Amino acid sequence: MNDNIISVRNLHKKFGNLEVLKGVNIDVNRGDVVVVIGPSGCGKSTFLRCLNLLETPTCGEIVLEGEYVFKKGEKGEKADKQTEHEIAKNINLHRQKIGMVFQQFNLFPHLTILKNITLAPVQLKKMSEQEATEKALALLKKVGLEDKANAYPPTLSGGQKQRIAIVRALAMEPDVMLFDEPTSALDPEMVGEVLKVMTELAEDKMTMIVVTHEMGFAKEVGTRIIFMDDGVIKEENSPKEFFKNPKDSRLKEFLSKIL
Amino acid sequence: MFNDIIRILSDAELVGYIVEGLLHSIAVTFVAALLGLVLGFTVAIVKIAPNNKWLKPLKIFCDLYTTVFRGTPVALQLFIMVFAVFAIPGFKPYAAILTFGINSGAYVSESIRAGITSVDKGQMEAGRALGLTWMQTMVRIILPQAIKNIIPAIGNEMIALLKETSIIGWVGSTPGSLTFDLNAAAGTIYRTIPNYLASGIIVGLCYLAVVYIMVFVIKYIEKRLRRNER
Repeated sequence: MNDNIISVRNLHKKFGNLEVLKGVNIDVNRGDVVVVIGPSGCGKSTFLRCLNLLETPTCGEIVLEGEYVFKKGEKGEKADKQTEHEIAKNINLHRQKIGMVFQQFNLFPHLTILKNITLAPVQLKKMSEQEATEKALALLKKVGLEDKANAYPPTLSGGQKQRIAIVRALAMEPDVMLFDEPTSALDPEMVGEVLKVMTELAEDKMTMIVVTHEMGFAKEVGTRIIFMDDGVIKEENSPKEFFKNPKDSRLKEFLSKIL
Repeated sequence: MFNDIIRILSDAELVGYIVEGLLHSIAVTFVAALLGLVLGFTVAIVKIAPNNKWLKPLKIFCDLYTTVFRGTPVALQLFIMVFAVFAIPGFKPYAAILTFGINSGAYVSESIRAGITSVDKGQMEAGRALGLTWMQTMVRIILPQAIKNIIPAIGNEMIALLKETSIIGWVGSTPGSLTFDLNAAAGTIYRTIPNYLASGIIVGLCYLAVVYIMVFVIKYIEKRLRRNER
């Protein structure tokens, strides 16, 4: 059985003249918890946002469960008509399989917590209103926020918001979850409650790609650690080896500063 | 002058003109406002939608529309629409209402576009990341939040529109026609009691009363929409 979920080949992203991603290659397998670290501006968030096409890559290939999400050659040559058509048609379907959690939570402030969670599954006809509500309540219970179902996002703390954001993504029953610095906008004392939810998610064998500065989480929960710098993956290793025996000189310098 | 006001208000026929004019002014404004809102929303959404080859010509058309209708005097638009574009017998009042609606839509579209732009872009990203289409995210997530920010500007536009319709009589109006509005009523009263200041003050107070009610309604709507905020 091929348990590859995401394959990325030679991914490039330019903003104007600024080349942020300079050829990223990675394969993510089912159950992997890939933690991406690196200095700010190294392209880790852009990389994550390219995976569900919130940013359109300049060129490269992204394959999700055997289907092209993106394909474009280095000189801008497009995929054949058939693939091109499939990609355009399926982009929203692909996104349904990829959950995303943002640094700024991005909850919908005009909807109750329950509606925040059930909106997408119901709108996209993945579940009936009732199924979605049951699912939402079960997930809320799991993160200890079932009493907030009818509250509105502006009344919650940052940590609560982020836990709801995770639940909202999970309600779509995604195959992989992307976390874009999920704890960076939180008060220090709220970081723990969010990391706990993420840890439980990893224990449930959810495939995750996490951009974070939480080295503790990387060490304890990550199955693979990736160091990105200057638009490329400089080093990849198991957590143990990664922190014990860093090889790349830039990574050594980076680790010495933060540990 | 005070005497003339009393004379107007104690003459049943003249008061009848005022009531008729008031009702017509309100009716013309109401229909034009609805038209303007529908047009404004549509144009704003077309303008803000991501580029694709089918939308391109439509976007250019919308830009042209707002440029022309915001860039020329509404009186001129009224004459062209009534006497050239829709020079159909009996269609005059409707052509006039259409003009006010289309003119208002051009202004409303820009207010709505500003309101949509004011919503944090993370909201669109969150919607799209869940797999919702652009349109689903726009309708379910962006517009409900944008509306709150738009209401004051829309209210402004509706109030301006009410008074803008006072030129409708320029295309010719007689009592009984929809084009016989408050302003036209003042003109007709002048023929019986030649004191424009007197009829003008009465008509002005009528406009003021309508605006006062509009402001009240706008404030109520805004308050309702902001219920869930903290």
